[in-house]
Amino acid sequence: MVDRVVSEREADVQAVLDRLGVGVGSNLIAVLQSVQESLGYLPGAAIEEISRRTGAPLSRIYGVISFYTQFYTEPHGRHTIRCCRGTACHVKGAGRVLGVVERTLGISEGETTPDLMFYLETVACLGTCFLAPAMMIDDQYFGKLTPQRVESILRSYRTQRCLSE
Amino acid sequence: MPQRIDSIDSFSQLRADLAKRPAPDAIIRVCSTGCRALGALDVCDALEREIAARGLVQRVRVVRVGCHGLCSGAVAMVIDPQGIFYQGVVPEDAPEIVTTTILGGGVIERLCFVSDGQPVPRRDDIPFYAHQTRLVLANCGVLDPRSLEDSIAHGGYASAARALSSMSPDDVIHEVTKSGLRGRGGAGFPVDRKWRFARSAPGETKYVVCNADEGDPGAFMDRAVLEGDPHLIIEGMIIGAYAIGAGKGFIYVRAEYPIAIEHTEHALREAREAGLLGANILGTGFDFDIEIRKGAGAFVCGEETSLIASLEGKRGMPRPRPPFPATSGFEENPTNINNVETWANVPRIFEIGADAYSAIGTQGSKGTKIFALAGKVRYTGLVEVPMGATLRQIIYDIGGGIPRGRKLKAAQMGGPSGGCVPVRYLDLPIDYDSVKDVGAIMGSGGLIAMDEATCMVDMARFFAEFVHKESCGKCVPCRIGTKQMLDILTRITNGDGELADIDKLEKLGETIGKASLCGLGQTAPNPVLSTIRYFRDEYVAHIVEKRCPANSCEALITTTCSSACPAHVNVPEYVGLIAAGRFADALDVIRRRNPLPSVCGRACDHP
Repeated sequence: MVDRVVSEREADVQAVLDRLGVGVGSNLIAVLQSVQESLGYLPGAAIEEISRRTGAPLSRIYGVISFYTQFYTEPHGRHTIRCCRGTACHVKGAGRVLGVVERTLGISEGETTPDLMFYLETVACLGTCFLAPAMMIDDQYFGKLTPQRVESILRSYRTQRCLSE
Repeated sequence: MPQRIDSIDSFSQLRADLAKRPAPDAIIRVCSTGCRALGALDVCDALEREIAARGLVQRVRVVRVGCHGLCSGAVAMVIDPQGIFYQGVVPEDAPEIVTTTILGGGVIERLCFVSDGQPVPRRDDIPFYAHQTRLVLANCGVLDPRSLEDSIAHGGYASAARALSSMSPDDVIHEVTKSGLRGRGGAGFPVDRKWRFARSAPGETKYVVCNADEGDPGAFMDRAVLEGDPHLIIEGMIIGAYAIGAGKGFIYVRAEYPIAIEHTEHALREAREAGLLGANILGTGFDFDIEIRKGAGAFVCGEETSLIASLEGKRGMPRPRPPFPATSGFEENPTNINNVETWANVPRIFEIGADAYSAIGTQGSKGTKIFALAGKVRYTGLVEVPMGATLRQIIYDIGGGIPRGRKLKAAQMGGPSGGCVPVRYLDLPIDYDSVKDVGAIMGSGGLIAMDEATCMVDMARFFAEFVHKESCGKCVPCRIGTKQMLDILTRITNGDGELADIDKLEKLGETIGKASLCGLGQTAPNPVLSTIRYFRDEYVAHIVEKRCPANSCEALITTTCSSACPAHVNVPEYVGLIAAGRFADALDVIRRRNPLPSVCGRACDHP
């Protein structure tokens, strides 16, 4: 997992859009996905530049951004935690898992920790029902969660960060 | 892939060469998709280190395969040629596996599946597998999803090669007609009819789309097929595109499925390099290529008109039909959309023949169906059975029944579009039509077992919340109606409901179902209506007695201890009396429910 660069500097925006070859006729959703992956979020400057390059009006771009849950215009934490609220997880206690994450990190769904370490969201289903209750941190799945396991997973992410710094 | 395959002959030659290639002494197939969450990749590394350390690299191969299906046994592996199945494997088991099983030919009992107290070493003897008909999933968990060669060695692209070289597009569609294949995405529309509409629609440019926006909570078969056998989907799409006359295809996959995206992208690249995609496929003159598009997190995009809008880079909102996508779809060109499981069935039809295919299943529903079995069932995972199998076969024979000696109450089928099928229909043969008759839908095949501890009102509320959140807001019945449904259900689960609420929910549900624009809204009331139909008494208990019979609705449970107590002793009351030093009164409180108070001290595990 490559750490995302959280940046809105003009040069970065231009470089990313150049690299992606954004222009008239580019697929808007794919462009937004790539830009968000590179910049960490969708800063206003990038959105305006996408509009200029693709010729799509800002209103349309914001319409797309606000429609899909995946896009965000505010910086998120370094790691995105996705707690599954699917049926299988629900009957196996997904509510408790979410509760522990919220209590441990002191944030609610849709929020970022003050140290920009974690962003928390819930998803309808991760498609890993056999792991219920499950959550995902970035691209990594964690299953058969108990409150203790959730706490130790979150701790291990914090420790990793201490080690890398 | 070493070389480009530029003709049917060289494809046949490659198949013959691969068949002649000597097989290693042992192949260890480790699930490294679903099981990754529990450390499958570490297990693979440990095994490879062990094999290398003992100089067995030439003789033993570790293959990182897709889902074995028995997900509750993660990390799961199969050791061939013996077909030994091990579950719950950790990296530390690697030396013993190599010593005992690979070199010694013995079985490690503690890693075996246990049935009736006896270890079952061979995969095919395990009841979970013995009762399945694995047609679509035949190679999922067998072949290396990152190797086109392995796929071809297991029969991959042979159906496409035959269709492209020796059949006309009409022949292909005719074969699909004979097979009786219906769309696996939910509605069960006959596939051949959809293909024929798209074929006969006027227009030069046509598209085929694979809907892999599997968003139903509780369904994960599409994910497993894409992760475990991506070439099967590509092959199905090639055949479909040839039949329809499409030059370009899209696979629209959820961004929440990173492994599926990774494997599919890899497979597309390999297929393109080998000449199985692109211009002049296998020298037959047919041009076709596939592009992968990632969804951006909107459940409604599983609906075909929304999916098309999303492909075009727009807000994924549905539009009224007609015109159907078959005549006006992607960029107003004729477009045929099928879901992953449907595309995966196509090559199989040509492999075993339409007659053999249509011999599987029931009168109206042919072939097999993959169910994602989860919830309160002993063995969870992916289960493929012929259409017409019963819930009893799936939940008890394959799933091993309900754990902890509890009783099955209902099975939720079809996710937020489906309903709760009560236990009395345990022996109903399941196909598209029978499931509809009992108020659920086959949907994409999510099947969630629920025991006595699952509250049906809470379940209905859960789905109402889901569809309310996912409603795109375009049409009023869905946008406002699901919100009203959710409010009423929340009220009931909080103990503030009225009896009239049940009638209101029924009326509201009927209106939402009839008046909504797309499938999401039209089916949104199903979970609510089906639970009212079969579990009205639970609604009444919440409303009249302010009691949740399953002890699940938090607002209606007084304390955990009282609801956990099998004798329904009023625990807080007697604890309070003890605290006040009134021991005799405390004793009386216990005696009201239990004549032998000392038992509490000995038997209660929640003191």
